[in-house]
Amino acid sequence: MSEIGVGHYITLSAVLFTIGAIGVLTRKNAIIVFMSIEIMLNAANLAFVTFATAIGDLGGMVMVLIVIAVAAAEAAVGLAIIVAMFRHRETVNVDAFSTMRG
Amino acid sequence: MSGLAIAFWALAAVAVVTSLLVITSRNPVASVLYLVITFFCLAGLFVTLHSHFLAAIQVLVYAGAIMVLFLFVVMLLNLGTPQWFDVAGTPVKLAALVLGVGFVGALVAAGVGGFEPRASGPAAGVDPDVLGSTEAIASALYSAYYLPFLVTALLLLVAMVGAVVLARRER
Repeated sequence: MSEIGVGHYITLSAVLFTIGAIGVLTRKNAIIVFMSIEIMLNAANLAFVTFATAIGDLGGMVMVLIVIAVAAAEAAVGLAIIVAMFRHRETVNVDAFSTMRG
Repeated sequence: MSGLAIAFWALAAVAVVTSLLVITSRNPVASVLYLVITFFCLAGLFVTLHSHFLAAIQVLVYAGAIMVLFLFVVMLLNLGTPQWFDVAGTPVKLAALVLGVGFVGALVAAGVGGFEPRASGPAAGVDPDVLGSTEAIASALYSAYYLPFLVTALLLLVAMVGAVVLARRER
């Protein structure tokens, strides 16, 4: 219990990922859904850093940098989509964005 | 308990509580601010893993740039008040809770909590402070991983152009 190992970090990463997934499933505000996705990306980053440190491989750390860059790109494009949809529909309710439903 | 263990438990507890507050808070501005605290805690956890460079990037890019973008959009669209449609009904909430608890339970039952990788990586036994240093990451980024690095730069350019095109007011 007193010794903190890889398992502790991976369990924390799983818990954070699950919290993010629950947020995506239960919230209808598009901005909160995006924030939940950011929590999930961060949980994945924590797992990457943990394993990279544990096995002494830099690939995981480089991957985290790339994930952060992808998250920045995703936030920019996603929020631009939300702004554009808000102009058309006056709402950020994800249930209202069903134009492309088959 | 060692100082590292105390730091881990404190940061982990704050990270879990604030991320729960992010997904339960009715006010989007409060959610954004709680998420900033979560990201600071994750930066602290990176420090406990000796990844000082990534901790700095986490604070600069996530807590700084991305969260300012979120806060800016919340303010721009005047979403600072609770929205009537925001939270899904009780059946969805219950299903999400059961799925979530089941997922974590399955991972813990599979033994992820006691997981210890074999120390047989390419640089096993290397000093963790050297491994996570800016110099080590930079030399990896500009040699072995230069192609992903270039593709990331291209992705950021495309995302920037895409965001401008999407958010532009049509005339």
